Amino acid sequence: MTSSHSHELYQQVILEHNKKPRNFKKLEHPTHFAEGYNPLCGDHMYVYLRVNRERVIEEITFEGQGCAISKASASMMTDSLKGKTIPQAEKMFEQFHKLVIGELKPDKDSHILGKLAIFSGIWQYPSRVKCAALSWHTMNGALHKVESVSTES
Amino acid sequence: MPAAFNVNAIRKDFPNLHRKVHGKPLVYLDNAATTLKPKAVIEAVKHHYTYETSNVHRGVHFLSEQATAAFENTRKIVKEFIKAAKSSEIIFTRGTTDSINIVTQSYGRAFLKKDDEIIISHMEHHSNIVPWQMLCEERGCVLRVVPINDKGELIFEEFEKLLGPKTKFVSMVYVSNSLGTINPIKKIITLAHQYKCPVLVDGAQAVNHLPINVQDLNCDFFAFSGHKLFGPTGVGVLYGKKEFLNRMPPAQGGGDMISSVTFEKTAYNVLPHKFEAGTPHVAGVIGLGAAIEYVCSIGLEKIKHYESQLLAYGTRALKAIPGLRLIGTAKDKAAVLSFVIDKIHPHDLGTLVDEDGIAIRTGHHCTMPLMLRFNVPATARASLAFYNTKAEIDTLVKSIKKAKRLFP
Repeated sequence: MTSSHSHELYQQVILEHNKKPRNFKKLEHPTHFAEGYNPLCGDHMYVYLRVNRERVIEEITFEGQGCAISKASASMMTDSLKGKTIPQAEKMFEQFHKLVIGELKPDKDSHILGKLAIFSGIWQYPSRVKCAALSWHTMNGALHKVESVSTES
Repeated sequence: MPAAFNVNAIRKDFPNLHRKVHGKPLVYLDNAATTLKPKAVIEAVKHHYTYETSNVHRGVHFLSEQATAAFENTRKIVKEFIKAAKSSEIIFTRGTTDSINIVTQSYGRAFLKKDDEIIISHMEHHSNIVPWQMLCEERGCVLRVVPINDKGELIFEEFEKLLGPKTKFVSMVYVSNSLGTINPIKKIITLAHQYKCPVLVDGAQAVNHLPINVQDLNCDFFAFSGHKLFGPTGVGVLYGKKEFLNRMPPAQGGGDMISSVTFEKTAYNVLPHKFEAGTPHVAGVIGLGAAIEYVCSIGLEKIKHYESQLLAYGTRALKAIPGLRLIGTAKDKAAVLSFVIDKIHPHDLGTLVDEDGIAIRTGHHCTMPLMLRFNVPATARASLAFYNTKAEIDTLVKSIKKAKRLFP
């Protein structure tokens, strides 16, 4: 039997980002945009990006409704990706994905995730992994011009 | 007043209730998703696989005779349980979804045509929406939906308005899995019959809460699942009136559903075998028989009485939590408590109460149109069974209050 770690999931940082999400607004004239959908919980998320000619993410915002995990994850993602280049964002997406499914252990493996490592315990909640990953998949879809992303495809 | 209900004695029959989750005693409040299994069911399935493994309706050998007898005995048990006229009107299926699909694929494709109207309600489970949509797409039929009020009750006058000469089928849920609403199903059937319109009743959430009498209801079809009735998963029942089943073509072809096969011509078997192609879920059917016998040994009238007390207690307790809104407050209601709480998403609540060993369902409960009706993406749902207790409801309330402190 696994011991309970909900307290690890609902850490103060996550609760705080849920309560006051950063960059929680629609972005006018985005260069990239996608809608993410998790049919399991009915959550919708919209991610907007403005990327300049040097392929640097100048602005990144999100909108939508969801649980604390998905909202906090989206909020922290926007914080982390602002100012990053697209290759850096892609690298972080890849690492974040590995982190939430338990393949990347931030205490052992090298990574560039910074404070996003807080989501390292979520792999123990398979049904909640998609909550943390929704914004990232949506962002990745936006960068690759996929307008609609579902966690079930 | 029914005799005293000894819940502690009943709980001893369910091994699952005595396990721990995250170090806490399991509080199982997800009975609308599936019910726990009593020892009698587990033993019946085990007995079949240990001593009587055999196919049915095939061999002349001893084991096959034994398995066939046990299998067919369940048909009699089901017939008695839902008060059908004949055992041959009981068809074993994979579950409610399968049962409904047999009706849409067999009756629907044979007798429904372009512009015919099919009526369902706004509180249907996806399994009583999608099969009809598929039929409508194929045959050009039109799906009509009876609206519900803010309490989650069917608006009967709207149903009356939708009925007309074009109505050729009504398929309606008896008890809503998301809201707990008990529909006035007998009234619905009587009225539909005035328009010579057959009625299918989705009884998935009814059979474990209410005594069923299909002849008294006078429904033409009745579908339910074994696993929501304390039986195994993967087995269910379609009841159909003989005059309908006889007219309907088989929904699937294969072994057991034929009386003779040549490459030129195949003659179909008699009822109920015509609708049971292939080797059925023999152990599951036998387990279902044991489940029904178990439920009947307690008595559905007693169960109904006990659950109504639990529901009243749970309703009062949840309503007292600030910021909690019950979704589904019908006057006539089964023991289902769906709710949302200000500032806590149902999925966060589900994870947090799980930490206290409490199993509730969170999500859209396969009723997305209903979620839209109430303008919520999802709800949390505590669904009760006769082995639940007031103390377990207290544990849930305490856990919800604890979760609320994380989301001030």
